[in-house]
Amino acid sequence: MSFPWAKQYEPTNPFMKYLDEKLPLPRFVYNAVGAGYPVPRNLSYMWNFGVLAGFCLVLQIVTGVVLAMHYAANDAIAFDSVEHIMRDVNWGWLMRYAHANGASFFFIVIYLHIFRGFYYSSYKAPREMIWLIGVVIFLLMMATAFMGYVLPWGQMSFWGAKVITGLFGAIPLVGESIQIWLLGGYAPDNAALNRFFSLHFLLPFVIAGVVILHIWALHLPGSSNPTGVEVKSESDTLPFHPYYTAKDGLGLAVFLILYAAFVFFMPNALGHPDNYIPANPLSTPALIVPEWYFYPFYAILRAFTFDFLLPAKLWGVLAMFAAILVWFFLPWLDKSPVRSGRYRPLFRKFFWILMLDMAALFYLGGAHAEEPYIMLSQIATAYYFLHFLVILPIISSIEKPEPLPFSITEAVLGPDEKKAQGDSAGTAA
Amino acid sequence: MATTTNTADTVVAEDGVRRRDFIEIAAVATAGVGGIFTLIPLVSQMAPSKDVLAESSTELDISSLEPGQSIKAMFRKQPVFVRNLTQAEIDAANAVDVGELRDAESLADRTIEGHENILVVMGVCTHLGCVPLGAAQGEIKGEFGGYFCPCHGSHYDTAARIRKGPAPSNLEVPEYSITDGTLLIG
Amino acid sequence: MIRLVGILVGLGFTFVVLLAFGSGALTVMGQGYLVEETAEHAFHEEAHMPAGGYSFDGLMPSWDLAQLQRGYQVYKEVCSACHSLDYVAFRDLAELGYSEAEVKAEAASWVVPGINPDTGEASTRPGMPTDYFPSPYANDIAAAAANNNAIPPDLSLMTKAREHGTAYVYSLLTGYQAPAAALVEEFPDSVPGPGLHHNPYFANLNLAMAPPLTSDGQVTYADGTEASVEQMATDVAAFLTWTAEPSLVDRVRLGWIVMGFLLFATILAWLAKKQVWANAKRKD
Repeated sequence: MSFPWAKQYEPTNPFMKYLDEKLPLPRFVYNAVGAGYPVPRNLSYMWNFGVLAGFCLVLQIVTGVVLAMHYAANDAIAFDSVEHIMRDVNWGWLMRYAHANGASFFFIVIYLHIFRGFYYSSYKAPREMIWLIGVVIFLLMMATAFMGYVLPWGQMSFWGAKVITGLFGAIPLVGESIQIWLLGGYAPDNAALNRFFSLHFLLPFVIAGVVILHIWALHLPGSSNPTGVEVKSESDTLPFHPYYTAKDGLGLAVFLILYAAFVFFMPNALGHPDNYIPANPLSTPALIVPEWYFYPFYAILRAFTFDFLLPAKLWGVLAMFAAILVWFFLPWLDKSPVRSGRYRPLFRKFFWILMLDMAALFYLGGAHAEEPYIMLSQIATAYYFLHFLVILPIISSIEKPEPLPFSITEAVLGPDEKKAQGDSAGTAA
Repeated sequence: MATTTNTADTVVAEDGVRRRDFIEIAAVATAGVGGIFTLIPLVSQMAPSKDVLAESSTELDISSLEPGQSIKAMFRKQPVFVRNLTQAEIDAANAVDVGELRDAESLADRTIEGHENILVVMGVCTHLGCVPLGAAQGEIKGEFGGYFCPCHGSHYDTAARIRKGPAPSNLEVPEYSITDGTLLIG
Repeated sequence: MIRLVGILVGLGFTFVVLLAFGSGALTVMGQGYLVEETAEHAFHEEAHMPAGGYSFDGLMPSWDLAQLQRGYQVYKEVCSACHSLDYVAFRDLAELGYSEAEVKAEAASWVVPGINPDTGEASTRPGMPTDYFPSPYANDIAAAAANNNAIPPDLSLMTKAREHGTAYVYSLLTGYQAPAAALVEEFPDSVPGPGLHHNPYFANLNLAMAPPLTSDGQVTYADGTEASVEQMATDVAAFLTWTAEPSLVDRVRLGWIVMGFLLFATILAWLAKKQVWANAKRKD
């Protein structure tokens, strides 16, 4: 499960020796995120986001469990119980703001983690399974976040629940029955709120389980790296601890500064004022949008306004789901043997166009549904699908990649091949 | 992580060891301090919230409470018994040799001056927290004519002092004051 | 094979979304403008803060207790006739600098719903510190019936329930005016009908609430401050900022402590990282 030169766990303390025999948990941790896990020595700060995402998950579970001690999942008092948390519970405001902004920062981290994967083609063999599991985690996160946003039972909660479950109403024939089944009623009410709370509590633990699979799958081939060249010798790697624990520690500290700035100085900047109005089934807010992290997909949903063979609503729903599902097929759509965007000039250009396109979709998803935003989101949506499904397969067959470094060591120390080879020969012997 | 000690031998560091160790220990210690401080909100969020603390006093009108009558009221979400003792009950309570009691208190210790006939006690058995009988009409008052806890058989006398059974101490007297026939508990 | 199917699916979605784009573009070209100009677009104004600003605004916030007390007085004597303050309890007034006795007296000056202890029937009684501010109406239907079908919203969270809430409340209260001549000419439909009032800070410019602060001296401030309309609007907007976010000042102050700590931790983490990685470079 690791490179032959990985350090072995050797407990010295008699108790640790005993524990290692009976329950080798320390050994497991040592091999997973300790000195026993050799990692490419050239990882950039873009490789920090895995650990940060794990931190965010723990943060959300801890603050979420605390909030659940005070929250009441009942449509008559849910909104009141959130205000109770904000006003009366000791440190309740901190817990709630930490949780609400924690969700946003979890998504910031995850998006950067995913975009890193795009650029360095982290999805390519032998790491397809890591990628597929990662997309599953992303889908679970979206479901969890959506249901969490319903819980305060404000205006955006209510109308978000109504609109998102309405997506299922687009399915031909059975759509309406599915929507009613999902809500347990004809509109979001107590039944929907209670099941959303139950699932919102459950899913993070499911995510934690899938994260373990994600890391397990990662440890078979080991981490990818900015060159995309596989590890060849010991000189290509460093033990995870202390090198990457130190690097991740710095990343975590910087992350916490940004996060704390939002929690303490602008806790509502990423939310919507309308969610401080209790849910009112009789009046829809003027601008109804999901949380910002759903904007790109919301923009894609709204871009389809034309009936062509199928109703526009169904096209929108299909496209929105397809926009995420397409990620599952990335390992087979992009056949270029070169992984890193660093050595793929053509791919690199289109990658940055995709980033601009994503930025546009982020902006347009939160904009009013009026021109010119609709037309712009249609162009952005068109590029999104073209990029993944047409451009990526084509450039991967026509592109001429730049020369790759011989090894990671060479990429780090410069093209001194003799030295690099001598080094690797030395360690092999 | 169990591997912190291995840091030193990953490399050959002759003279830099001390400074390096210091910075690393400082960094890890700082993270630890941060972790400990985040425990403060996580722990104290479970303490009573402001609205609960605010409802921590109870006001009762006892101007029409006749001797031999009791009121059961709520104080901090727990029952409280207010009894206007009869002369016979007062005499019975005062006849006991305080020194022989498990929890040595006289009736005067357990009431306030000028209102020795008004006995205010928490209706919470000091054994394991059941509500003793005896406050309402017709309830069993136990062998000593005060209160009787049916859970494990603790008998309290007319001054609500423990006389028999497993309870360790007398029924608790909350802090209270009486002004113009109004009882303020808490 | 996957790539072939992928290309076809991709082209399919692209084709359909470009059809939608085409039809949208045709519509836009046909009508000659992107968005139909509305009165809201043309005459809505951005909320702004009062000239002096607020003590709780900015990076070093504090509450101006005298101002909050004045704002509370405006709420009590003007707003509370129609607007509830559901999430605020009288005991919270202690945070405005009132003593325990004053909070008790203040609570007792309000009438809250109660239960007659002898008959069990609904009745009223003076408020206690643990009570919450009473609603002026028994329920939403009563509120709608008394206000021409426009239910006066609860004010506890008003400054968080609107963009730039504090500025919004202040601007709205001082923004009542006759509609501009251009508005009357171009958008006759947006001229307020009976029971409505023009206010450029309100989303659709037509507000059911009649101007609540109409004359200087409408409230006689206990602290002797001159109660101009401007002053009353400023004060009540401050009070409502406090009701919406009583933890605001504590939050930002704690934030600076946390920031200081994190900055220190970051520097240490950076130094530690440099130390650890220095070894990696030395190795080769």
